[in-house]
Amino acid sequence: MYLKTYANFAPQKNWLIINPMRQLITLCFILIFQVFSFASKPTEDVSTENLDRKELMKREIKEVISHHLVDSYDFTILSDKEGHHYGFPLPVILFDNGLKIFSSSEFHHGEKVVEKGGQYYAIYHGKIYKTDAQGTIHHNEKHIVTNERPLDLSITKNVVMIIITGLLMLWLFASLAKSYAKNNGVPKGFGRFFEPLVMYIKDEIAIPNIGEKRYKLYMPYLLTVFFFIWILNMFGLTPLGVNVTGNIAVTFGLAILTFLITNFTGKKDYWKHLFDPLGDSMPWIAKIPLYIILIPIEILGVFIKPFSLLIRLYANMSAGHVVLMSLIGLIFIFQSWVGGPMSFALTFVIVLIKVMVCLLQAYIFTMLSALYFGMASEEHDHGHEHETAH
Amino acid sequence: MVGAGLVVIGVGLGIGMIGKGAMEGIARQPEAAGKIQTAMLIAAALIEGIGFAALFAV
Repeated sequence: MYLKTYANFAPQKNWLIINPMRQLITLCFILIFQVFSFASKPTEDVSTENLDRKELMKREIKEVISHHLVDSYDFTILSDKEGHHYGFPLPVILFDNGLKIFSSSEFHHGEKVVEKGGQYYAIYHGKIYKTDAQGTIHHNEKHIVTNERPLDLSITKNVVMIIITGLLMLWLFASLAKSYAKNNGVPKGFGRFFEPLVMYIKDEIAIPNIGEKRYKLYMPYLLTVFFFIWILNMFGLTPLGVNVTGNIAVTFGLAILTFLITNFTGKKDYWKHLFDPLGDSMPWIAKIPLYIILIPIEILGVFIKPFSLLIRLYANMSAGHVVLMSLIGLIFIFQSWVGGPMSFALTFVIVLIKVMVCLLQAYIFTMLSALYFGMASEEHDHGHEHETAH
Repeated sequence: MVGAGLVVIGVGLGIGMIGKGAMEGIARQPEAAGKIQTAMLIAAALIEGIGFAALFAV
């Protein structure tokens, strides 16, 4: 019985291996939506008044926090006080009357204005705008930048991390499948770590929500999304300053994928329940006043469910990172023998909680996606239900 | 500002009530502790999602 369970799922490569096609499509979506990513940092006027040490420290901490949260065009790992950056610049790909590819080192970390093909570009708060030769940025009354932006398809830090994670997952699971095939269904090495996870996703998330008959169709997507989000969240906790899932464009791409899969693999009952929720239980004429209210709500529900997935992941991750960095900054603000170690202990505990939150958020995303797939693809036997009820 | 405080009060109360129900359930039937824990985490994440959405909108 034991051996039979292993032989049942190991050689079937169609759903155990993470589907590389899905990864490619996810990558394309996320790259396209980089255009809409924004940094939510309030614009302050940096004026040089009499700032005492604490104010300077707070301002510097705010800068470090924004650097961690915001996407950037180069991959700096460290940068010390003289301004030396350790890292490497990434290519900038703009599409503005023609494809322009250049390295972001020409921007010199936001100080210089780059001229390409007659058009000047400057970086302001982490985004590229079209400007004139001096690099002026126009604000309107509400302090929002009114310069135009070119179509920005560049390979930024987030995209590099997504590509690295994709390759890591491909390598990990391909070698896992190979070790299964070689060892005849018995896991060895790190297969022993992943097998309970995959079986948990299959037994506790996929089958109860989607049902025995159709769960195999959705398993590659669920597995991919779970490990993708988990690994990306974990990378966000490292001091590299990569905050991929805290970027609303990335979570937007993932939520769009769930939305598309729900609607394109839904059965006829799903659409019938959307537009005709009450069914045969009431006569035709009595349903119309109710439907005027019910149907818009149902249609809104179709959009709001993936939207809530998006907001949940984005807010958890970015707020969590802000809290974490602020607590680390607290250590520097106190600078005393008592306050320092205490805030260090607090930060340590909160880091442990954040590690749990990473896994939890990946699990919640996967579980709710499975729930939506299940709701979309369930089959009702209306006649049999009414018979057994009476 | 005040809105953010109210949101956090709501989230705290909600998750607290879920925790209370979960503890009582586990106390009554310790064998079902795993399932109760899973359900508690799911409900807590849903409430936290709404809380975060409201905080970010504010």
